[in-house]
Amino acid sequence: MSSSPSLNTWSDALSGFTLGGFPLGLVIVAAIPLVFIALYALTYGVYGERKISAFMQDRLGPMEVGPWGILQTLADILKLLQKEDIVPTVADKFLFVIGPLIMFVGSFLAFAVLPFSPAFIGADLNVGLFYAVGIVSLEVVGILASGWGSNNKWALYGAIRSVAQIVSYEIPASIALLCGAMMAGSLSMQHFNVVQSGPYGFLHFFLFKNPIAWLPFIIYFISSLAETNRAPFDIPEAESELVAGFFTEYSGMKFAMFFLAEYGSMFMVSAVLSIVFLGGWASPLPNIGGLALNDMTNGPVWGAFWIITKGFFFIFVQMWLRWTLPRLRVDQLMYLCWKVLTPFAFIAFVLTAIWEIYM
Amino acid sequence: MDKVMEEAGNLMSPMVQESKAAYDIIRERFGEAVSEFDANPTMPFFEVIDTAKWVDIALFMRDNSRLKFNCMACLSGVDYLEEGKLGIVCNFESIGNFTHRIAVKVKCQREGGSIPSVSCVWHTANWHEREAYDMYGMVFDGHPDLRRILCPEDWTGFPLRKDYQVQETYHGIKVPY
Amino acid sequence: MQELGKAELNTTRIIRQDDNRVVIEKDLDTEYMVLSMGPQHPSTHGVLRLECITDGEVVVEAEPYLGYLHRCFEKYCEKIDYPAIVPYTDRMDYLAGINTELAYCITVEKLLDIEIPRRVEFIRVITAELNRIASHLVAIGTYGIDLGAFTPFLFCFRDREIILSLLEWVSGARMLYHYVWIGGLSYDVPADFKKRVSEFVNYFKPKVVELQKLLTENEIFVKRTKGIGIMPAEVAINYGWSGPMLRGSGVKWDLRRNDPYSIYPELEFDIPVPDGKFSDVGDSLSRHLVRALEMDESLKIIEQCLDKMPEVSGFDPRAVIPKRIRPKAGEVYGRAENPRGEVGFYIVSDGKSTKPLRCKARSSCFVNLSAMKDLSKGQLIPDLVAIIGSIDIVLGEVDR
Repeated sequence: MSSSPSLNTWSDALSGFTLGGFPLGLVIVAAIPLVFIALYALTYGVYGERKISAFMQDRLGPMEVGPWGILQTLADILKLLQKEDIVPTVADKFLFVIGPLIMFVGSFLAFAVLPFSPAFIGADLNVGLFYAVGIVSLEVVGILASGWGSNNKWALYGAIRSVAQIVSYEIPASIALLCGAMMAGSLSMQHFNVVQSGPYGFLHFFLFKNPIAWLPFIIYFISSLAETNRAPFDIPEAESELVAGFFTEYSGMKFAMFFLAEYGSMFMVSAVLSIVFLGGWASPLPNIGGLALNDMTNGPVWGAFWIITKGFFFIFVQMWLRWTLPRLRVDQLMYLCWKVLTPFAFIAFVLTAIWEIYM
Repeated sequence: MDKVMEEAGNLMSPMVQESKAAYDIIRERFGEAVSEFDANPTMPFFEVIDTAKWVDIALFMRDNSRLKFNCMACLSGVDYLEEGKLGIVCNFESIGNFTHRIAVKVKCQREGGSIPSVSCVWHTANWHEREAYDMYGMVFDGHPDLRRILCPEDWTGFPLRKDYQVQETYHGIKVPY
Repeated sequence: MQELGKAELNTTRIIRQDDNRVVIEKDLDTEYMVLSMGPQHPSTHGVLRLECITDGEVVVEAEPYLGYLHRCFEKYCEKIDYPAIVPYTDRMDYLAGINTELAYCITVEKLLDIEIPRRVEFIRVITAELNRIASHLVAIGTYGIDLGAFTPFLFCFRDREIILSLLEWVSGARMLYHYVWIGGLSYDVPADFKKRVSEFVNYFKPKVVELQKLLTENEIFVKRTKGIGIMPAEVAINYGWSGPMLRGSGVKWDLRRNDPYSIYPELEFDIPVPDGKFSDVGDSLSRHLVRALEMDESLKIIEQCLDKMPEVSGFDPRAVIPKRIRPKAGEVYGRAENPRGEVGFYIVSDGKSTKPLRCKARSSCFVNLSAMKDLSKGQLIPDLVAIIGSIDIVLGEVDR
């Protein structure tokens, strides 16, 4: 492939960088996704959600703070930072405090295997996809801890619903991703992108190369909505039924942690979706005749641009769905998972296997 | 009295005439347990004199095929201070069957008085009787759940009585405004 | 002490105590969880407390506790004059102020000997129907929010803003109007009123269609509300239900047709009653459908009134209001069709004083809510929210 870049040059260089024996480079490698989450959550995440929802609802959204309200989220973060940290007296202190931490850690650890660019990946594991899917389940422990530790019946309801939902939807999600792994032939995240890059741009993407890839694509998209507790699967935080679900009792910075974790996972699942089915950092532009668009738009920095754009596009679709659809009831949600998505995921798995073996 | 009614009969509006016809059926069945018909043009009513028969009259009104008063629109408690009585005024109508409407009054003593409950006949009466008990203090015999509905559970006194004096404090809060 | 009976899975005992009072004693089985939904809760539409006894997500019993918004309306009525009661009636069902005022005024006018001018009647009907549309918009919007659909709420409120500014133009207030007076109105409508209202009607007709597509025909919304909280027609009548609740159960009963008042006999409009094709008869979706379809009918009524309203130069809406409102001796139960059902006033007057002896307000939401306990048995908690939303309560009216 003409535009296959040399992989992991930046992250390898950084991990070798030590300052008097202290692995400063590794710390920088770890810090970059963290800074990315923080910045993206500040700007595109919260601000984008408020503006997008506002325009869909025929109103303007934040307009006061900064031109077009751009500094609104910064103001909110500053406000949350200085709020009193309340722990209810009847709450289980340890679980109450550790809940949001575990949840944020679980969501953030998955960023270790996200290839932000052909030259940068936190850890190029050869079981990267497996790791990403598995580590997200750590969130469940965090949710349970915060729900139980709040000593509040409504929080407990929200936590239990959320646990049931996340644990159930992991199954169709994993099976759909397995289909993608079958198409690529490996579980390594960088490998997915390498296989899907080529001179014909988007025609190399699994979604367009494989006639059955749309099925696992849709299944994974729907399951990822449930994994991140987004509408129409947002019963754990169903505002109108459970006040605020499992984070009813939280305020201040702990509340902000839950939100960072949620927006972090949103980006993570969008990125995984685009890596597995839509090429990740590979450019979608094809080389048309003499105009080598693909070669021009591939490279370490272009790669970062592409994966972030694709991730943001799916986040936009997630927000769009949230503000349009009502939420499903608990039993309807479970029915959807076990009786609709899982059988279809198995069918997709078998069909993809047949396609890969015989074609 | 009947003769006066007959003479004034052709002055009664169609609505009152229909109510009178319905009243006649009830009177025929229960005789002296119900009072004479008051054919006033705004709210024709009769009074149940023998309150022990009130539930029977209610069942008859609801189930009889010529009456079919299947809907109780309203049940209001009233305080008749001059007579020394408390009472209820019920308004009935027949939805989907006939167009007649009628009102019924049932009275009881102010102190320790009780009226049989018709919540088993019309479910509307359930909460309305609770409200009448809350505001006036008459007890409804046979009500499945007679307790205060609008005032707090431990409020003393019955607010809508004409001689009600508001209590001075409630849980340490000064009540009179 | 005499035990009258047991109820509710033997956790409740009904006892008559020695002072003849009947009390309920509840002891709770440790398997069930007692949850208090409210008084502060985002979807109980006000300060309502629902004590739910739940077995996991299934509600075993949900009992409403009222009284948090009780403002002693009936006690006040005995101390103030008839015209002074009108602002208090506004505040009962604050989302449909004009309709409640209308119910009260036509009741008192039954005991007076005055004839209301035709123009007054038409203006009353136009403002009442505008208020009905505004009230249904709130009902539909908040029902969407209860079920998680955030956007229709804002569309409804955007359109409601136009109605509220129209009513502010006419009466001076956006929500608590004090516009319909006993014997007339407080002010005549401004000069361009007809034009602005017909502009609104033309603007709003496609918006109703859009709302139907966005919310009512949404697959998830239908799944959440179809078959939930079914109330058969006979039981609904026995509970005293009225208005969209009763029509949702298939009973074609509308006070504007069955017990007509004002100039409704001259107007042509349908009574939408769902027939079970799109929803099950008597479920929450039917009740929601009735409200959505009624908005179209109200638009029809407004158009006809705008055409038929007589133009009177130098019109004084207070012309026939007597100086002192002293109704003749008697009692009357008068009622009107409010957006939430039948609102009635039972007024006892002794003919001599200017204050009523007794003024009872029969509120639609109070009666509609009384069925909550039986409707909620065996439902899931999200369904409970769907049922309350479809009952469309306003606590100001429930508690008065």
